[in-house]
Amino acid sequence: MLATGPAPSILSIRESLLSGERTAAEITTDYLSRLRRTEPSVRSFIHVADAAAEREAEELDRRIATEGQDAVEPLAGVLVGVKDNLCTANMPSTGGSRILDGYRPAYDATAVRRLREAGAIVVGKTNLDEFGMGSTTEGSGFQVTTNPWDDSRVPGGSSGGSASAVSARQCVVSLGSDTGGSVRQPASFCGVVGLKPTYGRVSRFGLMAYASSLDVVGCFGSSVVDTATILSVIAGHDKMDSTSSSHDVPDYKSELTPLDLLESKPLNGMRIGVIQETLGEGVETGVISSIKGAASHLEQLGSVVEEVSLPSFSLGLPAYYILASSEASSNLSRYDGIRYGRQISADDLNELYGGSRANGLGHEVKMRILMGTYALSAGYYDAYYKRAQQVRTLVKKSFREALERYDILVSPAAPSAAYKIGEKINDPLAMYAGDIMTIISVTSDVKRSAVADLKEW
Amino acid sequence: MALTLLRGMRTPMVARRNSGLFFTTLQPPLSRFTTRAESAQATEPKSAPKSIQLATKEAAEQKTQGFEAVIGIETHVQLSTVTKAFCSCPYSYGSQPNSTVCPTCMGHPGTLPVLNAKVVECAVKLGLALNCEITMTSKFDRKQYFYPDLPKGYQISQFDIPIAKEGYLDLDLPVEFGGGHRRFGITRVHMEEDAGKLLHSESGSYSQVDLNRAGVPLLEIVSEPDMRTGIEAAEYGAELQRLVRYLGVSNGNMQEGSLRCDVNVSVRPIGQSKFGTKVEIKNMNSFSAINRAIDYEISRQILLHKEGQADQIVQETRLWDESSQKTFTMRKKEGLADYRYFPEPDLPEVVLTSDYIDEIQKSMPELPEAKRRRYENMELSMQDVLFLANDDNVARFFDSTLEHGADAKLAANWIMGDIAAYLKNEKLSIDEIKLTPLELSELIASIKNGTISGKIGKEILIELIAKGGTVKSVIEERDLVQIADPAVIEAMVDQVLADNPKQLEQYRSGKTKLQGFFAGQVMKASKGKANPVLLNKILGEKLKANS
Repeated sequence: MLATGPAPSILSIRESLLSGERTAAEITTDYLSRLRRTEPSVRSFIHVADAAAEREAEELDRRIATEGQDAVEPLAGVLVGVKDNLCTANMPSTGGSRILDGYRPAYDATAVRRLREAGAIVVGKTNLDEFGMGSTTEGSGFQVTTNPWDDSRVPGGSSGGSASAVSARQCVVSLGSDTGGSVRQPASFCGVVGLKPTYGRVSRFGLMAYASSLDVVGCFGSSVVDTATILSVIAGHDKMDSTSSSHDVPDYKSELTPLDLLESKPLNGMRIGVIQETLGEGVETGVISSIKGAASHLEQLGSVVEEVSLPSFSLGLPAYYILASSEASSNLSRYDGIRYGRQISADDLNELYGGSRANGLGHEVKMRILMGTYALSAGYYDAYYKRAQQVRTLVKKSFREALERYDILVSPAAPSAAYKIGEKINDPLAMYAGDIMTIISVTSDVKRSAVADLKEW
Repeated sequence: MALTLLRGMRTPMVARRNSGLFFTTLQPPLSRFTTRAESAQATEPKSAPKSIQLATKEAAEQKTQGFEAVIGIETHVQLSTVTKAFCSCPYSYGSQPNSTVCPTCMGHPGTLPVLNAKVVECAVKLGLALNCEITMTSKFDRKQYFYPDLPKGYQISQFDIPIAKEGYLDLDLPVEFGGGHRRFGITRVHMEEDAGKLLHSESGSYSQVDLNRAGVPLLEIVSEPDMRTGIEAAEYGAELQRLVRYLGVSNGNMQEGSLRCDVNVSVRPIGQSKFGTKVEIKNMNSFSAINRAIDYEISRQILLHKEGQADQIVQETRLWDESSQKTFTMRKKEGLADYRYFPEPDLPEVVLTSDYIDEIQKSMPELPEAKRRRYENMELSMQDVLFLANDDNVARFFDSTLEHGADAKLAANWIMGDIAAYLKNEKLSIDEIKLTPLELSELIASIKNGTISGKIGKEILIELIAKGGTVKSVIEERDLVQIADPAVIEAMVDQVLADNPKQLEQYRSGKTKLQGFFAGQVMKASKGKANPVLLNKILGEKLKANS
C-alpha cells in the first residue's frame, strides 16, 4: 500500500539541516559508515570520494553556522552516487572500461554540475557494464556488483552500481544512464525507483556516449518524490547539447499529491493500458502476477485499466540492437589510446590502435563494435541500419496511437526478477532478450516512458 | 624543420620503426616534396596565374591531339569564423600547437558538437554565389576512419544531403591564354570540420599531434568534370578564391591551407563519351602549380595511351612535385574506402527558412562575374576588366574613383599603369597605399582641366601614394600649377632662344629636330609647369618667324 513507501529522504535531510536537528557531517558520516560496511559485498562503487564528501559536508555546516538557512540549498547535504560514465572533474571517470583507467575529465557533466550547484555532494562513481553495454553490471572492466537483497544475484545493468548503492542506502540518490533499459531494469532488480526521462529532457553533455540517439541521463531514489526532485534539478536545455529539449522544466515534485490529501478514487477518469505483449510468453509468472496486482490496484483507485496490443512490439529489440551497436561502433572510435587513456607501446600505428583497443576494451564492447561496424558497412547499410530506422518509425507510430487512447502505458521493466550472477554471462542473446520490456519505449522515443518500478507505489 | 603531411596520407603510409608514440615516415619521392608548412614562406601570386607561360599551354595543346582531358576539382575552403565549427575555440593559423583546443575538439569522452550558426551562413552565401539550389533541410553525417589527427575517429560532414547543390561558376579566361568565357558546373557544396595535423620528428622516430585545426569549419565544393585544360582548372580555382574573398567567408590563402584543391584528371580519345580512368592529384600550393600539374598529368596519360599502355593508368592519388615538375604515385586505391557514413545523432537537422535565405541574398556583395560584365559595358578592354574586377580591393578602389566623377578609361589607365607598377615594386596591395580614390579622381580632373600637366600628374601621384595628402595641397606646396599664360611662356621661349644662339643657328641651317631641344629647355626653365601644347605652339611660331 502507498502508506508503506519509504520516507522521502531528500526532504527529511533538508528539514533536519534547516531545524539544526542534524549536521551535514553527521548525515554524511551515517551514509559513509553504511557504505564502508556494505561495500565489500555490494561493490557498487569504482571510486569512493569519502574524504571529499566529508570535507564538503563540514564546509556546508560552517556555511550554515555563518549564513543560516540561506546556505541550505535545495540538495544541500544530499549524497549522490554518479554512474562512472558521467564525467566528473575532480574524480576518475572510466565508463567502466579499462581503456579509461586513470582518466580524469577536465569538466563536470551538465547533470553533475547542476546537482553540485544545487548543493549535492558527490560521494563516488558507481559501477556499470562497460560503457553502458550490458544488463547485469558483470560487464564492468573492474568488478562485479551484487544485488543488496541477495548477493548471489546481479543488480541488473548497466546502471547496476547506481541502483544497488541507493538500494543499500550507501547514498541518498544516484545518477544513471539509460539507453535500452539501463535505469529501469536495475531499479526493478534492486527494488528502488528508477526514472528514465524522455530523450532530450536531461543534457547528455558529459555522458560518455554509447548510442547517442537513445542515451538518456536518469536517476535513482528510494521514493518517487526523491527522483522527481532530482529530475527537476538536472532537466532542462543545455547549450552544450543540441539535442536537449528547450521545453520548460516544471517542479515535478510539486505535481505529486501527498497521500493523506488524496481522495479515495484519485485516478478517476484515467485510462491505463497494460501492454499485452509484455505479459506473454517468456515472462515469469511472478512478474505477471505482480503487474496484474498493480493493475488492479490502479483500478481500485479509479482508473480504467485495459490490455492494449502493440503489434510492432517484437520488432523493437532487433532494431534497437542494430541502431545502438551502429552508433556505439562510431562513438567508441575515440578510445584509440592516442590522446588519453591507456596506450600500449607499439611499432606502428595500426599496432598501436589495435593493441590499445584490444587490451583496453572488454568482450561485450568489442562484439557490439563489430556488429555496428558490420551494420554500417557499404552494402549492408540498407539491410540493417536503414531498415532498423524504418522499424523505429513504425514502433514510434504504434506507441503514439496507443497513447492517444491511454494516458499511461504499463509494462514490467524486465521479464524476470534479478538473475543469478554468471547466469547470462555466456548467453548474450538471453541477456539481450531480457531488455525487451525497456527497449520498446526507447525505440519509440515516447514521452516520459517508464517512470518507476510499480512495486514501489 | 618538421614536416607536415597532407591529410590524404593515411594508414598505408605508416612505416615500421621502434619505440615512440607513432610515426609516419616519408618515403621517396615524397621526401622531396614541398609540404604545406615549408611552402608557407613562398609567396602566392597576387592575381590569377599570369606567370604561367603561354608556351606551356601551346605545348599541352600540341600533345593533346586526338585526346581530350576531363578534369573535376574538389576544393576545401577553411572558413574564417571567429570560433570553430562545433565548439567555442578560436583558430588562427600558426598558433602554438594545441593552444586553441578544448575537450570537445579534442574528442574527449562525453563531449558533444554544437553547430556554429556562422558556418551555415557562410555555406548559404557561397551556395548562392555559386548559383546553387539551397537545401532547406539538410543534415550532418559521420565519416569514419582512424587517424591520429582525427580525434573522434570520425569527421562530421554532410553525405547524401549537402546544404547546396547543382550550381555553376562563370569566369573569363585571361587574355594571354586566349580569353573566352566559361561556365563550369558545381555538383555540391557541403559543410564539414577540418582535422588536426601531425608533426613528424626529424629523425622519424616519433610524431606529434597538433589539434589546433581540428574542428575548424570547412566548405567542400565539388565541381562537375567540366574542365578540359590546366588553365581552365587553375582559373576555376582562382575564381573560387575570389568568390570566398569577395564574400568574406575565407581568406582563401593557399599557402596556409585555407584553400586546398584536389584535382581529378582523366583523358579519353576525342569523341568517346565514356570517361577514362581518373587519377587524383594533390599537393599543389598555387594556381600556377595546379595548371602545370594538370598539364603534366594530361601529357603523361596521353603518352601512355599513344604507347598502347593505357592500362598503366590506374585509379590512384598522385602528388605534384614542384622541384621536378612531375606527379608521382602517392598511394594506389585498393577499391573504394568504406567510410561507413551514417547520420550524426548529436546534431539536429539544419532547417532553413526562405526568409533566412532572402536576408543573406540581400546582403550579398556584387560578385566578380557581375563586376566583369559591368566593366565590360564601360567599354574597357577585357585585359582591363580582368585586372580591375578580379581583385576585390582594386575593384573597390576603381569603383570609388568612378563615384567621385572620374572617367572610367582614364581611371583604369592610372590604376593599371603607374599605380600597378608602384604596387608591384613595393609589393603592396592597393588598400595599403595612402592614395585615396577621391584624390585619384581629383588628379584626373586637374589634368583634364589643365591645372597640371600629365607629367606633373605622375609626380604628384607618386607623392600621394607614398605620403598621402591632397592633390590641391601638393600642387600649392610645390607650386606646380601649370603655366598657361601665353605671354609668360613666350617670354620663356624668347629667353631660351636668346641663351642658345649656337643651336638657333644650327636650327636655321636646317637641323629642325632641335625644336625638341628648345622645348626641353623651356620646360626645364618652367620646372615642368609650362603647358606643353601652348609651349610647342609658341615655340613653333617663334622659330618659324626667326628663320
